[in-house]
Amino acid sequence: MTQILKLTINGTSQDIPIDDPRATLLDVLRERIGLTGTKKGCDRGQCGACTVLIDGRRINSCLALALSYDGAEITTVEGLAQGDLLHPVQAAFIEADGFQCGYCTPGQIMSAVALIAEGEAGLDPERVREGMSGNLCRCAAYAGITEAVLKATRAMNREDAA
Amino acid sequence: MADVMNIQGHVRLGSNAGQSMTRRDGVLKVTGRATYAADNRPEGVLHAVTATAGIARGRVTHLDVAAAEAHPGVVKVYTPANRPDLAVSPDEKIHGFAWRTEALQDDTVRYAGQPIALVVAETLEAATEGARLLAPRYDADTPRIGLDGGVPFQPETVSIGASPTLEAGDMDAARAGAARHLETVIETAAQYHNALEPHAITARWTGDRLEIDTPNQAIGLAKQSFAAYLGIDPAQILIRSPFLGGGFGSKAILFGGQLLAILAAKDLDRPVKLALRREQMYGPVGHRPATRQTLKLDIDPQGHISALDHHTIAVTSSFDDFIESASNASHSVYATKAMRTTHGAVRADTGTPGPMRAPGEAPGSAALEVAIDDAAYAMGFDPLEFRLRNYAETDPATGMQFSSKALRECYAQAAEAFAWKDRPLEPGSMKQGRLLKGWGMGTAQFPCPMFQAAAHATLRADGSAVVETSAADMGQGAWTSLAQIAADGLGIDIDRLEFRSGQSSLPDAGVAGGSGHTATAGTALFNAGADTIRQLAELALNDPASPLFGADNAGVTARGGRLYRNDDDTRSEAYEDILARAGLDLLRGDGKGAREGEPERAMFSHGGVFAEVLVDPDLGQVRVSRLIGAFAAGRIVNPHLARSQLLGGMIWGIGFALQEEAIHDVRTGRFTNADLAGYHIPVNADVPMIEALTVHEDDPFVNSLGIKGVGELGVTGTVGAIGNAVWHATGIRPKRFPIHPESLI
Ligand code: FES
Ligand code: FES
Repeated sequence: MTQILKLTINGTSQDIPIDDPRATLLDVLRERIGLTGTKKGCDRGQCGACTVLIDGRRINSCLALALSYDGAEITTVEGLAQGDLLHPVQAAFIEADGFQCGYCTPGQIMSAVALIAEGEAGLDPERVREGMSGNLCRCAAYAGITEAVLKATRAMNREDAA
Repeated sequence: MADVMNIQGHVRLGSNAGQSMTRRDGVLKVTGRATYAADNRPEGVLHAVTATAGIARGRVTHLDVAAAEAHPGVVKVYTPANRPDLAVSPDEKIHGFAWRTEALQDDTVRYAGQPIALVVAETLEAATEGARLLAPRYDADTPRIGLDGGVPFQPETVSIGASPTLEAGDMDAARAGAARHLETVIETAAQYHNALEPHAITARWTGDRLEIDTPNQAIGLAKQSFAAYLGIDPAQILIRSPFLGGGFGSKAILFGGQLLAILAAKDLDRPVKLALRREQMYGPVGHRPATRQTLKLDIDPQGHISALDHHTIAVTSSFDDFIESASNASHSVYATKAMRTTHGAVRADTGTPGPMRAPGEAPGSAALEVAIDDAAYAMGFDPLEFRLRNYAETDPATGMQFSSKALRECYAQAAEAFAWKDRPLEPGSMKQGRLLKGWGMGTAQFPCPMFQAAAHATLRADGSAVVETSAADMGQGAWTSLAQIAADGLGIDIDRLEFRSGQSSLPDAGVAGGSGHTATAGTALFNAGADTIRQLAELALNDPASPLFGADNAGVTARGGRLYRNDDDTRSEAYEDILARAGLDLLRGDGKGAREGEPERAMFSHGGVFAEVLVDPDLGQVRVSRLIGAFAAGRIVNPHLARSQLLGGMIWGIGFALQEEAIHDVRTGRFTNADLAGYHIPVNADVPMIEALTVHEDDPFVNSLGIKGVGELGVTGTVGAIGNAVWHATGIRPKRFPIHPESLI
């Protein structure tokens, strides 16, 4: 039986027919509505490639049963840039070479956006590393990722101050 | 802007290459718009899931196909009983770089996790459930697992067609004169590539034309291979592989699941998508096998190595022959009067190993560097001093000169940055709080192979250009650094260049592997550009209306989209003007990249890696607190990206030394940790202060562009450096990688 799932995704509210109640939020995003920016690396909450924000909090969307998020507000990597203007975190990832193959990158970036918003890590590299450690990068772009998060934090602090 | 090239064939360092450009595909990757194979959703796509064997050896006796097919949404189940025919058995070695694979050719099981059926369904959920419902039953044999559980044999070749043995010099004489005989035995664990992107394919037939989206490191070869298995003309196949979510060797090889998805798509006349689950990547797509290595070093009274003997036993599968060539990593690193390297192998019930980032070199270097460190201490030398004392001025394996070797500078720069000179000789002498602190080093070395590549370059009427080659960017940055080289070949700014790559309709760029892709495909692209410019110059030089007319002997130089007379820099002409007068819309050149003839020099990239570790004396927990490497790898095309490659390799070294290990349950032959929670790879918090320096190196011999490789170099040296630092902290020599905490308490 098809059920209707109401989600606000990247600011747009949508009624999504869910043909299979087993579908994870990740598979709904990727296979049902074509938002394939969010990646699947393990499908069991171990790699972070599928990280999205739900009501501002980062979660592993592969572990989220889609139907249990009815009414939620979801931000995916596709929702960060405003037109051609990259989000500061996205820009910092390019600048600091915070990726190689790019497969973990959407998850890293969503995690970084949330980490900065959480305000726990600030400009302490050790805490950034810790806070980003739920997102695996097999290319091991970790030095760049840490640098990118710090750069973006600084840029966003400046924006806030301005 | 510096000169790019001289038409008379003298190549100078270019204007685009050498710069730290950010990645050309950066915006696509940070916005989620980079399309990986499993991101494709062709109209009407079906989802396929493989069911995999729960035993490691035996036969499948029953699959509940009826239950699976009765599940809503399941379209069809393929088993050996109904799998459509292939032209060639997947057990056939169709060429030297083909692995035997499983595509439901029969009911035998040769390793745990082997595909035994394919379930195709309307949704991923239905296919997944269908695969579960198959509930296989088996006739199971006792599995043979690991170095000690398998069947030993003497391999005829190691790696891809290499000799298992090498002897240089007179071993007996060399050993007789030695003051110390030292023996080191080291084991290394089985490791799995675990590219973050699981292997995937989306296959679609239109009539007899096949379109495949699949990540692949050797697109041209893959096309030939698919065509051979399917019995069709390669021209009927288009492979797209614009982005690979990591490869590390595992995506250079085809696996049976790809063939099954293609067959199902044909049979059902709908596109089919298959993505392996993480645990399904532990078997059919290669791995680095476990090794046991024995190194015997004989040292003369002055602290020179007089004989080096490196023997490796490596695990391979029961049905194919990739043998990890770890002993060969000792060939060319240190001077010795005599050497012998040998290999043995063991057949076990696992998937067949394959090349994994620094194959042979990574485990071999790990063992060699530990043995060298042991020898240094035994002879009372600082580890760096001992390595300098045994510096190979010529290649000890062949007697050849090195094409270039700035290893001394690497050692010096990294040691300086690390402050190595304050290191006490005795282990267990340094502490940080309650933690034991140790410093260790290792030498990094990786060969510089070249493969075969072809490219086109086409100059357009507006002076911009397009270059084409089927290169693979698995994260190393090929799209960027190859475009930089191509722009140099054409003498244009990189912004004027369109770079087409990543699909099989383009000229074959060979394999992205062996750290030879930039050199090989780069040479082809550069030559294609140069060929185009040569034709353009000919047009101008023969055209009385051109300011370049008559410059024949002096020649012209291409830069910034113009040709300049070498004897008079004020006389130049824009490409578009030359083309316009000649009435040409397009001008196309071709280029090839390959090494001509037998090499007359030994060609390697080098580096020195220095590690600091902190060891908890009560828990045995090891943390790398500093890691600094300096590397010489010829001309560095893009320092920004090369640094990322080197750092990535060094971090793989951390994983190798301290974490990565696939563990079999020896009774069942199944893995106990085939996922990313149980199989540990480094996470961000495992990566401390880390730096990769590059040392300038001009190499006129390695290839016309002077490019070596950086993709695998960082793994070598690092593992040993960490192992040696652990010894320096604790006084305990690692006998095995990864180093387990319990071995240190
Ligand atoms: S795909 Fe969700 S955590 Fe790996
Ligand atoms: S960039 Fe490849 S996995 Fe992170």
